Amino acid sequence: MSKQQQHWEKSRGLLFMTLAIWFVFSIGIFLFGAEMNEVTGPFGYPLTYWFTCQGSLGIFVILIFWFANRQEKIDEEFGFSERGDD
Amino acid sequence: MIKGNFIDNLPKVYGIYTGGFLAFIIIMSIAEQMGMTAKTIGICFVAFTVAIYAIIGYLSRTAQADAYYVAGRQVPTVFNGMATAADWMSGASFVAMAGGIYFKGYGYMALLVGWTGGYVLVASLLAPYLRKFGCYTVPDFIGTRYGGNLTRFLAVVVLTVASFTYVTAQINATGTIASVALDIPFQYAVYVGLISILLCSMLGGMRGVTWTQVAQYIVLIIAYLLPVFWISNKMGAGFFPHFMLADEVARIGELEQQFGFIANSKENLAMVPKGLAGITKAHSAVNATPWAFISLALAMMMGTASLPHVMMRYFTTPSVKAARKSVGWSLFFIFLLYSSAPMLATLSKLSLIDPSLPTGIIGKSIAEVQAIDWYQNWNQANLMFVSDFNGNGTLELNEFFMGGKAVVLATPEIAGLPYVISGLVAAGGMAAAMSTADGLILAIANAISHDVYYKIIDPKAETAKRLVVARVLLVVIGFAGATIAAMEIQGILGSVIWAFDFAMSGLFFPLVLGVWWKRANREGAIAGMALGLISGAGYLIWVRNGGSGFLGITQLTFGIFGSAVSLVAMVVVSLITSEPSAATQKMVDEVRVPSGKSILGKQH
Repeated sequence: MSKQQQHWEKSRGLLFMTLAIWFVFSIGIFLFGAEMNEVTGPFGYPLTYWFTCQGSLGIFVILIFWFANRQEKIDEEFGFSERGDD
Repeated sequence: MIKGNFIDNLPKVYGIYTGGFLAFIIIMSIAEQMGMTAKTIGICFVAFTVAIYAIIGYLSRTAQADAYYVAGRQVPTVFNGMATAADWMSGASFVAMAGGIYFKGYGYMALLVGWTGGYVLVASLLAPYLRKFGCYTVPDFIGTRYGGNLTRFLAVVVLTVASFTYVTAQINATGTIASVALDIPFQYAVYVGLISILLCSMLGGMRGVTWTQVAQYIVLIIAYLLPVFWISNKMGAGFFPHFMLADEVARIGELEQQFGFIANSKENLAMVPKGLAGITKAHSAVNATPWAFISLALAMMMGTASLPHVMMRYFTTPSVKAARKSVGWSLFFIFLLYSSAPMLATLSKLSLIDPSLPTGIIGKSIAEVQAIDWYQNWNQANLMFVSDFNGNGTLELNEFFMGGKAVVLATPEIAGLPYVISGLVAAGGMAAAMSTADGLILAIANAISHDVYYKIIDPKAETAKRLVVARVLLVVIGFAGATIAAMEIQGILGSVIWAFDFAMSGLFFPLVLGVWWKRANREGAIAGMALGLISGAGYLIWVRNGGSGFLGITQLTFGIFGSAVSLVAMVVVSLITSEPSAATQKMVDEVRVPSGKSILGKQH
């Protein structure tokens, strides 16, 4: 397998992991919205309410930065990283 | 005062700008103490901020294609994040979102999840790859990846349908705010709004829009957060509302139990002015079925990843790596406003319905409520209404009606904040609507000038001529949008949601599969875009004309049907026709490698 193929395999693995986490917090938990709302969540808000106000939104922010860092590591590993100009 | 490269000095430039804006707010509040009228303050806020944007737009003028189309690809990640956030958060997010949460609670909050979750798709599936591609516009990618003028043209069609639906709503919002703040009739205010919008984008294209959007973000976020924090502190609800409103949320639940949701008769509701609504849904309880919530969130997420005015912001970063990070920053800046909207809705609702608070009006006598100053103001503005349906002389929960916009616009006044805050909120709403309108008009004009005029009609056109065409189109599209906005056909929020559905119906799978599925070919893309858009639009028309729909897909989520058709059509047609050429497959391989040269040259 060429270097490029290996890089793509790893990138795709990361994509699936990212999408799995995304799925849980954008769709998965809301299948159980009514049940979850009985539970008290962070700062004392009802749990489902908290996820729609802050929880899921904040997790998405962290998820994107996490994804960007992981992808960068993969790129560096295969020498596909650009010089730092961000 | 400032030496060296503009880009290196960005933090300093915008630091001074923010300081200047805060100083302006302070000067205005002093002027208010000294007796300046509310109307003058409103005019000052709107005129001052719009003048600043126009100056930035003028300073960013350019005669180069890559500066005009992609801001020279040198916008740093954090600033691109701010610009995207302003591009993204429209008049609807700013003025209508808190109101939607106030009235509809959980079912509406699917939009919060959808309009943020979509960025995960943008970051992981599309933005870095399209940046590597080096395109100027979204149809540029479709046209080059799949080949042929028809694919390019169809992408322009989908882009135009989606963005145009969206932009009329934004021009409408700028018109509404300009007409209130400057006290001129709406039909003229729409064109005042339009001229302000064009001042930002015409001379500098994407470069001008980028730097004005950063400035607009700073205004809109201050205008949104300052009142939320102030009101929360003034009510004694908590120093940091986001973490401290659990008691208030619980109290609203108690009051809802105590008052009960009494349904009004049809005859009574007929007396309520159009556009106003009462509180009929629980504030924090789960009041929608899982599918209703999830389908709306999903449609908004896929729509986010297909809207060209957002995608093209990531073409302006210096590198692929920067594009990924920049998506994270965008969402962070969006998060600051979106996580505050439910807090504002909570504070607004509690301050109105809690009889134990001095501002509470439920339980007071109707005559007493009708004598309140702010009630009279907002009643006159057609945003508030009370009526004694049961004739007991006391205001009940089901006898109080309000417009969605009032949550953002009126709450500061109800809470007893100085008028300077209302002026600030008007400037913020104007910034939000203008920045989105700019991004959208530019997306349409660039697609038509670059993809239709330059790539299809006259590939030999010189840069100067191309940029003249681009600017003429900008003005034409702006005026077309304003003319339709002046007719006031549909509400702000409805047309915004449709734009997402149109975009996802026609573009989501052709974009994603273009990167992630090498086998996708031209015939497949044509089928995907055409059938996706047609079936999505068909479903919308069917449901609007009394069709029953299926699988719980409503007129707000028709994109789910459109994109499903698009996916099936694209996969089936791709598989029964021949695979793409070796050159195309090699191109896809190159897109997947973040380093190295972009596919399309710097100037193309």
